[in-house]
Amino acid sequence: MTARDDILGRIRTATNRPEGAGPPPAPEYANRPLIPARARGTPAELTRRFIAMAIEVDISIDRVAEAGGIGAAIAAWLSAEGLPDRAVVSPDPAMDAYGLDDAPGLTIHRGATWGDDLVSITPTIAGIAETGSIMVTTGPGTPYTLNFLPETHIAIVHVDRIVGGYEDAWARVRSNEETGAALPRTVTMITGPSRSSDIEREVTVGVHGPKRLHIVLVGDIESGTDGKKI
Amino acid sequence: MAHQTSLDFSKNAARAQADADLQSALAKLQRDTRLARPVITGRLPEFEDLRDRAVAIKDHTLANLDHYLEAFEANVTDAGGHVHWCNDAGGARETILQICRDTDAKIVGKGKSMVSEEIALNDYLIAHGLEVVETDLGEYILQLREETPSHVVMPAIHLKKEQIAETFRDHHTTLDPDRPLDVPSDMTEEARTKLREKFLAADVGITGANMLIAETGSIVVVTNEGNGDLTQTLPRVHIVIAAIEKVVPRVEDALSILRILARSATGQEITCYTTFATGPKRPDDLDGPEEFHLILLDNGRTKLLEGEFRDVLRCIRCGACQSACPVYGAVGGHAYGGVYGGPIGAVLTPALDGIDKAWPLPEASSFCGNCEAVCPMRIPLPGLMRRWRDIAHKEKLNKAGARRGLALWAWAAQRPALYRFGARIALRLLKTLSGRRGYLRRVPLAGGWTTARDLPAPEGGTFIDRWQKESRGKTQSNTAGNTAGNTAGNTAGKTGS
Amino acid sequence: MTAPPVTPPVTPPVTPPVAPPVGPRVGPRVGLFATCLVDLYRPSVGFAAASLLEQAGCDVAVPRAQVCCGQPAYNAGDRTNAAAIARQTIDLFEGFDYIVAPSGSCAGMLRHHYPDLLSDDPPYAARAQSVADKTWELIAFLTDVRGWTDIDASWPASVTYHDACSGLRELGIKDQPRQLLDQVEGLELHELEAADVCCGFGGTFCIKYPEVSGAMVDNKVDDIVATGAATVLSGDLGCLMNIAGRLSRRGETVEARHIAEILAGPAIGTTIGPAIGRAANSGDGKG
Repeated sequence: MTARDDILGRIRTATNRPEGAGPPPAPEYANRPLIPARARGTPAELTRRFIAMAIEVDISIDRVAEAGGIGAAIAAWLSAEGLPDRAVVSPDPAMDAYGLDDAPGLTIHRGATWGDDLVSITPTIAGIAETGSIMVTTGPGTPYTLNFLPETHIAIVHVDRIVGGYEDAWARVRSNEETGAALPRTVTMITGPSRSSDIEREVTVGVHGPKRLHIVLVGDIESGTDGKKI
Repeated sequence: MAHQTSLDFSKNAARAQADADLQSALAKLQRDTRLARPVITGRLPEFEDLRDRAVAIKDHTLANLDHYLEAFEANVTDAGGHVHWCNDAGGARETILQICRDTDAKIVGKGKSMVSEEIALNDYLIAHGLEVVETDLGEYILQLREETPSHVVMPAIHLKKEQIAETFRDHHTTLDPDRPLDVPSDMTEEARTKLREKFLAADVGITGANMLIAETGSIVVVTNEGNGDLTQTLPRVHIVIAAIEKVVPRVEDALSILRILARSATGQEITCYTTFATGPKRPDDLDGPEEFHLILLDNGRTKLLEGEFRDVLRCIRCGACQSACPVYGAVGGHAYGGVYGGPIGAVLTPALDGIDKAWPLPEASSFCGNCEAVCPMRIPLPGLMRRWRDIAHKEKLNKAGARRGLALWAWAAQRPALYRFGARIALRLLKTLSGRRGYLRRVPLAGGWTTARDLPAPEGGTFIDRWQKESRGKTQSNTAGNTAGNTAGNTAGKTGS
Repeated sequence: MTAPPVTPPVTPPVTPPVAPPVGPRVGPRVGLFATCLVDLYRPSVGFAAASLLEQAGCDVAVPRAQVCCGQPAYNAGDRTNAAAIARQTIDLFEGFDYIVAPSGSCAGMLRHHYPDLLSDDPPYAARAQSVADKTWELIAFLTDVRGWTDIDASWPASVTYHDACSGLRELGIKDQPRQLLDQVEGLELHELEAADVCCGFGGTFCIKYPEVSGAMVDNKVDDIVATGAATVLSGDLGCLMNIAGRLSRRGETVEARHIAEILAGPAIGTTIGPAIGRAANSGDGKG
């Protein structure tokens, strides 16, 4: 008898389920997802909520009207913040259209990182309004280390990929358009820079992940009611 | 510091109460938690419904645990990972050591895992020649100090920053001894640099898992620091150790629980990092572990599953009960002597270590019920502590004097006339002893009370006697349910002096 | 031509409330569960409770053979004796329309724990449920069942209120005492910081773990003194004796009383007796 047999045997006795019992009937809540109200809204409402929730957790946000201007915006931001002008960029082909390669005052290289890079620039699968989170996944074009090792992580979020809740973000992951058939090794929701309150409950930032999380939010949403752009 | 035992709870508590630094840390934790909880839970109107949903999810899973564990295992394997089932601590330790040996590991990085504390993993690996580095900041500090966690989520909550600074100076000896370590950010900056070296050098990374998802074979790891992610991504081999009750059926179920986990644990909407990891790196990934091993551990869970303690398996290790408990708030986690302190410790420790080694823990509760009130998984913690008291009473584990006193009282209580007779005598005596003061400073046989309090003197006469006397015939007869006719309009009897 | 005079609107006269009819009460029959601490230690709480119930239109009886709800045995893990005492209580009280106790912990014992305690005793299981369904803590009974808030009492002084744990968490009693205290003429309620944190009584807990309990009641007394109130009230005599004992040991002037004593007002006599643990000739706490 292996430990596996032991454990499953004890479980079956405790739960009165004979071996080969098969899957249980679906519980009554199975088709009643419990989605909080804050995960619902018009695109304009969700965009506003995403921005507000992200700012609460010390994420900084920059607005860019269209993708080609991302590189210049990032170069300007890094300069204004006194941060380095060199960055490692996710090799994802989508990043090629963001004007990163030829933004003046910005030098980039693509690939994973092993700690020498102080700034990273990555794409995201979604922005999640309910808590101001971004969702990232690993893949051939999106190495995981870019989200964690550099001191400054710059994440690109497209306004039309802002969703209401966690379930919506997961639906994007599973829709095959972004990541292919199999689940990526990691699907991660990031909500702010790295922090700890282990020392007398005082919050400090940058233990061990990035000290700053900066979002470049690309695109505009019509507010719908007054014609103003969000 | 020698490890305290659960049987020595009272002694441990006294020591803790004399520790001024610990007391101020605990007072801050209690107060902050009490004020923050209504705010953060109030921000999510669906909070109570989500608690109910979480209970339903866990109860359904536990009732069909074999099915979900097998589904989980199949999906982990499909993703290229390996599942190792282990009955107990010994089996888990050996399995993990073997995996480390198979990969010629020298350095092991560790994310925070309470289960790894249960099996005393670090000492075992170190004894077998491995270097083990805790990467969670709090756990790292404790490792340097050779202490154990005192709270399931905030392991170093009992320490002051001066103590931590001293520890860093003692251990980070390559750095300038005069460097400033006055504020927490000085120390976290130093820890970041020190641990970054280890993250990059580690051959194996061991993490726990907050949840296991059967539908996809994924683990869920939540951290604020990101150490869980670095620990699992940078080394060649990722080992996860998780107990069998951590599994949930679907991603959707995990998301529901996530909405109440950080809220209850740290007062946040969600932790900075919430990672769903499935197996080793994919062939085209640019980083990630080559191997993924998941240790599925029993260590007493199946025993809990089969009995009247099953509800405790819903626990998601958020620590809300500890932060809310006034007894934990008076003595801290170490006084409980086990891996877990506070209310969850009072229920789990007798299960893990045996009631004969832990009976004082379920005793050390006023049953105020705050733990159950804040538990996101609605675990009936006081009720479960009471069940342990039932068992301890049957096995005659608690103090003989207390049992005898209780037996005498219970015997008298079932003989009302005799009870009343004895009460009159005792009350007259107490009243006499109290003189005109209204209270007694010291009472024979009541040292437990008078250590900290005066004993108020009884008013004199029992209510039942005086009601009978003063209401003249309006008293209920002893026959159940018959009322004597009550005359109209009279007030109740006046108080005598 | 001058404008017509503007007359202010006439306020209709206030109709005085109709006096209740004199004659036999037709209200519910209530068995007063005095609780062992009230019975042995502070009968005036029992008289206050009976008076309040009668003021609220109830027909009050006090079964003579009552002793205790059985909590001490139940919480010590002695289910056998706890069940025996529970059966005794059920025998004695089940004939009433309601069972009311001036204590959240005793009322909670009957309401929540009797059915569990006797669940595997078929003759008593249903009877326990029936008793549970009609057992109430005193203050909650007055407000939630009788809808009665016609307090005729005055207490022109400052008080603070401690929310006893069982009443609060098992029975949801939080607003009701405050609603009633609001009716007491001249009374000033100063809310207690951490009003819902345990005072450290916990039955035999305070005797088995006196230092831990002592620390808890010390915190409670700190908070009470900080309100500046002259009197602390609560709905449970166990908590009150614990708090009063600590107040006395620390030489504090704050007094402790059961809320029923304040609410019952003049109906229980022309003077309210001394506070818990205070000498007979001490002040009445109106300060």
